[in-house]
Amino acid sequence: MKKLITTLGVALSLCISASATAKDNVKVGFVYVSPIGEAGWTYTHDVSRQYLEDKFGDKIETTFVESVPEGADAERVITQLAKSRHDLIFTTSFGYMNPTLKVAKRFPNVKFEHATGYKRAKNVSTYFDRIYEGRYLTGVIAGHMSKTDSIGYIAAFPIPEVIRGINAFTLGLRSVKPNAKVKVVWVNSWFDPGKEREAADSLIDQGVDIITQHTDSPAPLQAAEAAGIYAIGYHSDMSGYGKKAHLTAAVHHWDEFYADRVQQVLDDKWQSQDIWKGIGSGMTRLAPLSKDIPSDVVSEVNAISEKIGKGEFHPFTGPIKNQQGELVIEAGKTIDDKTLLGMDFYVEGVEGQLK
Amino acid sequence: MDLDVITNILYATIRTGTPLLLVALGEMVCEKSGTLNLGQEGMMLLGAVAGFITMYQCDNLFIGFTVAALVGVMASLIFAFVALNLNASQVAAGLALTIFGTGLSAFLGADYEGKTINALPTLAIAGFEHIPVLGKALFSQDAIVYLSWSLVLGAYLFFKYHRAGLAVRAIGENPSVGNNLGLPVMRTRYLAVMFGGALAGIAGAYLSLAYTPLWTQNMTAGRGWIALALVVFASWRIERVMLGAYLFGFASIMHLVAQAFGLAVDSNLLAMLPYGATLIVLIMLSKNKQKLKMYEPMWLGKPWHKGH
Repeated sequence: MKKLITTLGVALSLCISASATAKDNVKVGFVYVSPIGEAGWTYTHDVSRQYLEDKFGDKIETTFVESVPEGADAERVITQLAKSRHDLIFTTSFGYMNPTLKVAKRFPNVKFEHATGYKRAKNVSTYFDRIYEGRYLTGVIAGHMSKTDSIGYIAAFPIPEVIRGINAFTLGLRSVKPNAKVKVVWVNSWFDPGKEREAADSLIDQGVDIITQHTDSPAPLQAAEAAGIYAIGYHSDMSGYGKKAHLTAAVHHWDEFYADRVQQVLDDKWQSQDIWKGIGSGMTRLAPLSKDIPSDVVSEVNAISEKIGKGEFHPFTGPIKNQQGELVIEAGKTIDDKTLLGMDFYVEGVEGQLK
Repeated sequence: MDLDVITNILYATIRTGTPLLLVALGEMVCEKSGTLNLGQEGMMLLGAVAGFITMYQCDNLFIGFTVAALVGVMASLIFAFVALNLNASQVAAGLALTIFGTGLSAFLGADYEGKTINALPTLAIAGFEHIPVLGKALFSQDAIVYLSWSLVLGAYLFFKYHRAGLAVRAIGENPSVGNNLGLPVMRTRYLAVMFGGALAGIAGAYLSLAYTPLWTQNMTAGRGWIALALVVFASWRIERVMLGAYLFGFASIMHLVAQAFGLAVDSNLLAMLPYGATLIVLIMLSKNKQKLKMYEPMWLGKPWHKGH
């Protein structure tokens, strides 16, 4: 008897949730890979979570779990969120891809948004921003601000996402100074302040006068500040770590995108999709520019930014030569998304060897 | 390669090696008394977070490092009580301390992620810092580097010439014999463990106050484990612990400098260099088994109680 009632209850509740069209409120969960802190990847997501709280007021309830290791722990956390009646769950790290899909299968009524991944399902979307567009702009700024024409780039792992950033930066840099060089140091870690610091110091010893990074700690910025040179941050505004050094940063901005998705859940119009947007949508931006950047450079950067945003200019427009000087993309043509997503070569001007 | 580059490499080598040297030295003294404390990583993290919070609140580096050392000592006392008084497995107790320290430091430091402080300044020793090449590397470091050198010298003299140093070694070889000779086994082991805790705390604070002046979870990135391995490969000899720590530092730096130079070598291969080079050199040094036995504390890691 008891069993029957439970079964009936479950059937009834399924009925109700299936027939519901618009919701009054929504419960949104976030899974973070690292502590929130005051800068960095996770921080950008939490800023937007707070934006949602402000925008939707009592229509929304958000929860977050920070420092969730990728793998089995993630699955447990995501399951927990799905079980506790969250309608929409953002899993914000690449390594959450398979756990997200696994949990999504078991909770078909919960919507999932997985950042940086490439596997989707009916209730799993993916999203990422075209941060390389921001990288290109920071390259242009570096081209104007560098005196030695030698820039240091601290990078985590040689995967397409990182290589794409290095190449976009280099193309931007060389659009201003055709002979400038980018020295890349791989630290083989997303986060190791000690190593990042030493990498920055050894680049500074090699005569670079601007440091930029594709790692998560502010240590390179601190190194630049200590050495009295400029630096360009990543993920979020890092000026707090080096007021003089910080020129700008290529940053992610999720506010509007998150708000759209939440609204769609409220209106019951959410659908699985694959989002890869950049400056045009405001998903990729630059942090406030340093006062040291001359006004004509600022207006030049703004003009390029606008062109990229409107789709009139693509950072990867030919002629592009690879490191060996061979023509990869002919003049006037652009690199397609498939090549960008699998990018595995350096463009001309990058120093060091890519394995 | 000009001289400046060599100077900078040496300078960075010492900075990178210093936290390793401090932890390894503390662990070596601890192991000399026959106690194996695998809690180094946890104690370092606790020292790092305690030092950082103190520095952030009082803006005084001396107090910051002192508190870090005290917190290291307190953490080591937990281990000492469990392992020495309750005779629990030292391996398990040490591992538990590392797990505990990692978690607790993350919890305590949560509000301090992303805060900045004034880093430990360097102290040039007047007159010496202008010596070509070696001047900047050796005589323009910060106070903790000089402290690590005096501790190395002190520990060397202590074990070689002082009665108490011999007593620590005797207890590490065979506590029962030591006890029969009237040596205070428990007290000696406690003090050795506490010394290890203090140095781990200072080493952690060196990371969060000097090396990279910021706090983030897990910022030691495995350095406590590397130090533990160094002690074994250095066959419990102080001069080799020092050599090993700097060798590791040097190879870590070269991994990055070689790339900055644009050397055409696979970066993954270079990343392996510190571990490989340190292992090979120290293994070559300790290939004489007879000699190795002479330096390894015979009672290492074994529980002991009176009347054993």
